[in-house]
Amino acid sequence: MKNILEVSGIEKKYPGVVANRDVSLLVREGTIHAIIGENGAGKSTLMKTLYGLIRPDAGEIKVFGEAVTLKSPQDAIALGIGMVHQHFKLADNATVLENVILGSEPSRFGFVIKYDEARKKLLEIAKTYQLDIDPDEQLANLGVGERQRVEIAKVLFRGAKILILDEPTAVLVPQEVTELFANLRELVKKGLTVLFISHKLDEVLSISDDITVMRQGTTVATLTPAGTSKKALAELMVGGELPKPIAGALVVSPESILSMKDVSYSRADGREILHSLNLDLHGGEILGLAGVEGNGQSELIELVMGLLKANSGSVEVLGLDALTTLTRDIRDAGVGYIPQDRQRDGLLMAAPLWENRILGHQFATPMAKGIWIDKHAAAEDSKRIVEEFDVRTPGVNVLSSALSGGNQQKFIVGRELSGDPKLIIAAQPTRGVDVGAQAIIWDHLMQARSRGAGILLISADLEELFSLSDRIAVIYSGSIVSVLDPAKTTPEDLGLAMTGATK
Amino acid sequence: MRKNRIFWGAIAPIAAIFTSMVLMYIILSLRGADPFALFKLMVSYGFDPRNLVSELNLTVSYYLAGVAAAIGFKMLLFNIGIDGQYRMGAFFGAVVGAAIDLPPILHVAVIIIVAMIAGGLWAAIAGYLKVRRGVSEVISNIMLNFIAAAIIAFLLSPKLLGSLPEGSQNVQTKPIPASGQMPTIKIFDGEVYSVLFLAIFVGIAYWIMLNKTVFGFNLRATGLSFRAARSSGVNAPGMIFVTTVLSGAIAGLVGIGTLLSDTHSYSMAFPSGFAFTGLSLAILGRNHPVGIFFAAFLWSFLERAGQVLEFEGIPPEIVIVMQGTIVLSIVIAYEVVARINLKQQQRAVGKVAAEPVIEAEVK
Repeated sequence: MKNILEVSGIEKKYPGVVANRDVSLLVREGTIHAIIGENGAGKSTLMKTLYGLIRPDAGEIKVFGEAVTLKSPQDAIALGIGMVHQHFKLADNATVLENVILGSEPSRFGFVIKYDEARKKLLEIAKTYQLDIDPDEQLANLGVGERQRVEIAKVLFRGAKILILDEPTAVLVPQEVTELFANLRELVKKGLTVLFISHKLDEVLSISDDITVMRQGTTVATLTPAGTSKKALAELMVGGELPKPIAGALVVSPESILSMKDVSYSRADGREILHSLNLDLHGGEILGLAGVEGNGQSELIELVMGLLKANSGSVEVLGLDALTTLTRDIRDAGVGYIPQDRQRDGLLMAAPLWENRILGHQFATPMAKGIWIDKHAAAEDSKRIVEEFDVRTPGVNVLSSALSGGNQQKFIVGRELSGDPKLIIAAQPTRGVDVGAQAIIWDHLMQARSRGAGILLISADLEELFSLSDRIAVIYSGSIVSVLDPAKTTPEDLGLAMTGATK
Repeated sequence: MRKNRIFWGAIAPIAAIFTSMVLMYIILSLRGADPFALFKLMVSYGFDPRNLVSELNLTVSYYLAGVAAAIGFKMLLFNIGIDGQYRMGAFFGAVVGAAIDLPPILHVAVIIIVAMIAGGLWAAIAGYLKVRRGVSEVISNIMLNFIAAAIIAFLLSPKLLGSLPEGSQNVQTKPIPASGQMPTIKIFDGEVYSVLFLAIFVGIAYWIMLNKTVFGFNLRATGLSFRAARSSGVNAPGMIFVTTVLSGAIAGLVGIGTLLSDTHSYSMAFPSGFAFTGLSLAILGRNHPVGIFFAAFLWSFLERAGQVLEFEGIPPEIVIVMQGTIVLSIVIAYEVVARINLKQQQRAVGKVAAEPVIEAEVK
């Protein structure tokens, strides 16, 4: 098998930052080649270079054995390189076919679009690569997995031979991941080549033929799944041994700190979201909440935080009735809240870090003294978080929007664990976060548990649920359908329970 | 870092003023006038001591309108109802001031408080509609401006709260007695309204409230991100309402200087247009109390100095073109500066994240 893509000595510098240096990569034709690395390891820079979005300062790229210069994505497409972005670039108000041909419409006289020809070509692609898509469906009706297939079809329509997928699984639920992988295998079987960027090691090991690890801007190793292990990969990524979460002895306190009884909640439009839901969490334990997104998790969290009011049933948080208590009083009673959408619910993006430290803690000491904000205390404690949680920032006066997602998350976790909360609502605490940051966050959550705090862990990451939870509750269509013991449950069983299958 | 911030904060307004002067230069040249001679004339007229006094008095009114707008902006509210709120404040201040009889300082204080309450309550209507009914405050405030003007015109009828002094065609409220008047400071044959000190106090209080108190933090947090503020425990809809009322209360003070130091009664001759001016000044001054002051002074200076152009056969309306150009350029300039700032910060963050690379190379 020959190398379809050869990259050597790529270097890209920005003022003060080396994004890529001495990067080399050999991709064999007809393989799935994974590129893994922490956030900021230079994966995206390399992919943008290959797609012609960035011009490197030095180095050589060979496609099909010939040295090329990529000045723009058009050059890359002409050479058969296509990219499926992490955030889809599709128009909701158009059909699948229209989205696929947008920008490369086959036309007569340059302005009459040949829809029939386009449809024929798209159906042929769908058949060849076994992509399940309907050309005439409105995009607005499609789910995330289907949209991704449209993106892939779009790239294939342009004649791509090498597909670059930027963290394709970050947005998918487990079932969709399985489908995507089946599609990818079909693609390589037909002779295409796939470059797959990820930092989920399990997936990488299961799908790839080759794995290249990047760290601090350079490629450090290329391995095969058979010749490596998850632990070895993780250590290559972070460049040392991972801090291990120390699981202290499980000391569960007898009284529950969060208790939901027969809770029902309907939206203003009458749709019932939660239906006689029962949940019980004790101090000193981590209760995982598993479920496919959109089964009522968000509403459950908002009910606990006093942001929504249930129609019936009772929600008791640290002895307070969450239906009648203000959010600020629930927080002040000792509840830490890591929201799932950190940028919208957890941060003031246009405010400096020290102000973000105050957010959620502005009603009590040490962040406030009476009616006054204590800037000094906020700045000092922000520095502590930056240190303890390894937040990569030059200082606490930096706007939070300037930090990378992983560092924002570490800061939020640090903030929410401040003041030793008794109850912690952790929603997707490590989503989109690299392994190094994940280890730090897990470690601190475990420490909080050993201290006696109760943690409600809402996660779409099954590995996270299995690694941390003492019990796993499964939410399906607004109710808790089962509570499982992670030690006696397989991921398959859990996946089955999440889809509502009854035993 | 702080020095850097002041530099970037100052460069934008200077660039904006320069741009508008270039445009003025072109327009004046096209008319065949000598732009530099006219600029010189405007400067010497504008800095004439007598004119400075009237500019200062106008600056104070503009300043209060600017602060009222800035409070709204901090909450992402576009308080275009400043006109109506100011009218309500001045009118009811005048009516109550003429109807009561109190010792001097107390009398003035009551009038000021009444004006703030009237402005605040008028704004509360828009606040309620926004929070409870989802009505855009822009639409409701535009309507409320018209309604305020109509209500006052109705109430000013001599049969109701107005009076028609002998030999005058101008209906007005009954005069406020001497105990309810504010003194003036005489300088250069002119009289500076003592409401100046109230404005300074408002500016300082605004800054302290916003930057030092929990209330101000909650206000800014809600303006920056409604959802994040709500998740943090802030009653975000309540904050929007309170901020609207506060903005209206400050707007209620806009006419106090003219009322208590000059006319001593409210009439339909009170000027209008404070809403647009206040919003422009808040943008120009970046919602900062000192910035708004400079902006307010620039505005009244241009308006006063522009009058001299009439003697030279140039329509003074050209000043409005100049003001408009300044606001347009400033919006662009601030956006550019904000992007440069974010880039710089990201670069600084990138440096920290890339530090291990340098370490590795040393090894």
